[in-house]
Amino acid sequence: MTPEAEDAAHAAATRVARESYGKLVAFLAARDRDIASAEDVLSDALAAALAEWPRRGVPANPEGWLIVTARRRKIDAMRRGRVADEASQTLRLVAEELQAAEDAGPLPDRRLALMFVCAHPAIDEAVRAPLMLQTILGLDAAAIASAFLVSPATMGQRLSRAKAKIRLAGAPFRIPEREELPERLDAVLEAIYAAFAYGWEQAFADDPRGRNLAEEAIWLGRLIAALAFDEPEALGLLALMLYADSRRAARRDDAGRYAPLAEQDVSRWNLAAIDEAELLLRTASAKTRPGRFQLEAAIQSAHAARRHGGATDWPAIAALYDALYALTGSKVVAVNRAVASAEAYGEARGLALLDAVAAEGALETYQSYWAARAALCARAGRKEEAADAYRHAIGLEFDPATRAFLIDRLAELG
Amino acid sequence: MQYLLMLNTAESYFAGLSQAEVGKTMAAYGAYTQALKDAGVFRGGERLQATATATVVRAKNGKTSVLNGPYAEVKEQLGGFYLIDAPDLDAAIGWAARCPAAEHGAVEVRPIWSM
Repeated sequence: MTPEAEDAAHAAATRVARESYGKLVAFLAARDRDIASAEDVLSDALAAALAEWPRRGVPANPEGWLIVTARRRKIDAMRRGRVADEASQTLRLVAEELQAAEDAGPLPDRRLALMFVCAHPAIDEAVRAPLMLQTILGLDAAAIASAFLVSPATMGQRLSRAKAKIRLAGAPFRIPEREELPERLDAVLEAIYAAFAYGWEQAFADDPRGRNLAEEAIWLGRLIAALAFDEPEALGLLALMLYADSRRAARRDDAGRYAPLAEQDVSRWNLAAIDEAELLLRTASAKTRPGRFQLEAAIQSAHAARRHGGATDWPAIAALYDALYALTGSKVVAVNRAVASAEAYGEARGLALLDAVAAEGALETYQSYWAARAALCARAGRKEEAADAYRHAIGLEFDPATRAFLIDRLAELG
Repeated sequence: MQYLLMLNTAESYFAGLSQAEVGKTMAAYGAYTQALKDAGVFRGGERLQATATATVVRAKNGKTSVLNGPYAEVKEQLGGFYLIDAPDLDAAIGWAARCPAAEHGAVEVRPIWSM
């Protein structure tokens, strides 16, 4: 085989791994609910693909090849295990499935069922999003740990405990019935949004897996919006992610500098994505069951109105933030609400709201609070306080471009 | 899969009920047990005597100790159990939610360790 063909085979294996990972895990784990074992045999199969495809060429149905290989590994593992009797019945079923996979056309997509397992009420809430990121997207515990600000060891432990619970307690791989859907859906939507937020933050990082995450989250959002057709929050989440994504190219100017939303070049926005989001939000609103994601999408919609050349309607945005804060009580929302309020009604009002956030404490590592405080103090002419807040914000910022932006602002204070 | 439904309730609950209410509660448990049997999921189930009758036994280092009272002093005590065979956790949760003890106490759902 030529080096070019080898490269192509390698690229194909990597591509299948990235695009089909969750589908393969879902398919492999659906019967015995053993996610950890599905991940193990799949990673063996991917390693085998990297070894074999460059020599023999990429198979016609790469997903099918991986499934068959992974299933064979599973059978081998079970034969080696001591529980031979228990295994024999499973082996027969696996063999049947193996045959089916070999005959098969496209692999059935059970990702949605896997997502509902990950967000099952019997699973610890804090581990639902990480679990989904790992099983659907194949992120390793270390990458997830850094996004959720815990140590890799702790995250690894939480993930394996959750997988053990799914297997031992028999949490089913199924899509909930219509009557229990809204409640169960919330957990899934939260987790998808967490994945999106992670990808959004990592958009300019070196690790391409993080960058891909926002797109993967949108894909999952589309899937769930299509399935849970009557659920306005699912539409709201998809709209919210599309609004944010529509501004992807505008987050940096030509020189690669950070551009805050209010100063972004509107011509860099993706108008088709905005149109899609607007339509989704209208469809959701028509159902008159508001919720967190619809409110956040409505705020984005108000920002997006600037594409027609008009000024931003800050009082409307501030009112939406009031409603969102009343609903969620979230600290992130509280800070954004203060900023919107300052834009609509002046710095004094915004700073008063920020003081209220500060009164709740735990701000030492809360970067957005300091960035917001710095900007408002600077505008109010409170230079000393602004400089102090900028220094806090700069020290806590991960993203180099945003950090450079903040350093410039600090220098402008004079 | 087999699951043990552990019915944790306040022991004072029945004491606070009138004769008629006790009758209604017993009837509810009876109907629930029958429903489990009719659905073919019932594998066993009993009501336990009060924790005042309990004895805790340990045998450490060859020395047997026998203590009066329940294993743990908590407000809600294990007062009974059902062993059921359900297809998955959601089905087991569905049965736990229908149990009268879920209304005046809490039902813990534990999968059986299959050998």
